[in-house]
Amino acid sequence: MKCRELAEFLMDYVSGELPQESRTHFEFHLSKCKNCHEYLVQYEVTIKAGKIACDEMSDEMEDIPDDLVKAVMAARSKV
Amino acid sequence: MASATPVDDEATLVAQLRAGDESAFEHVVRAYGGRLLAVARRIVGSEEDARDVVQDAFLNAFRSLDRFEGNAKLSTWLHRIVVNAALMKLRTRKRKPEQSIETMLPGFLDDGHHEERFKSWDEPIDKLMERAENRALVRKQIDALPEGYRTVLVLRDIEGLDTEETANVLGLSVNATKIRLHRARQALRTLLAPHFRSAAS
Repeated sequence: MKCRELAEFLMDYVSGELPQESRTHFEFHLSKCKNCHEYLVQYEVTIKAGKIACDEMSDEMEDIPDDLVKAVMAARSKV
Repeated sequence: MASATPVDDEATLVAQLRAGDESAFEHVVRAYGGRLLAVARRIVGSEEDARDVVQDAFLNAFRSLDRFEGNAKLSTWLHRIVVNAALMKLRTRKRKPEQSIETMLPGFLDDGHHEERFKSWDEPIDKLMERAENRALVRKQIDALPEGYRTVLVLRDIEGLDTEETANVLGLSVNATKIRLHRARQALRTLLAPHFRSAAS
């Protein structure tokens, strides 16, 4: 397995969907190739970073624009 | 925010909503609307669509207050309604022409090796994400992903939809959805890497 193929299989590997035989090749390559190992690590932490960044409620305490509040309230009174 | 009612706890607020208290409705819109607008924007992309989504979601929520269960948090319940409204918006929207993501994907040499030597990031991700400026940076880079890829990443990795649901909403095959998610994650990594490793590298 080459680095290029390893990159293709990353997602299935991370989600545990890579079939056993490919998994063996994948892990063998990984044990020899520091660069691919680092790439896998960064791929995984990128997923985590996205989750954390968007989950943190307190970060997105932007105010809702006043005209949108008015639009919602006006639409509600019509219902 | 002059007209917002001071509310001791959520149960009181929900009771006021159920009683049709106008100021309680406005309080909820002001208290949660900004965050919900950000969530909607991340899924649908445009400000105009995000505003429609938030408005539809609030009206929907206010109409179905009797379905709100006391043991859930109001914020969680509203979040779910906004995500559903955003999905509805995506379903009814015309597909936009695909933007290219190629330049954000890793390059390979002829022999199949990576072109780039990946330098490890300075700190563990939990540590990096403790800082508000890094969380803001990650959100900004997610927004910078090409539209069709950003949506898949947000639905799958952030909102927790499964591949089939995501494929369905976007009118894509399961396989195309998987490919997009994989490319979106790789592209996001490319965008984040220069910020998270030492300037020296």
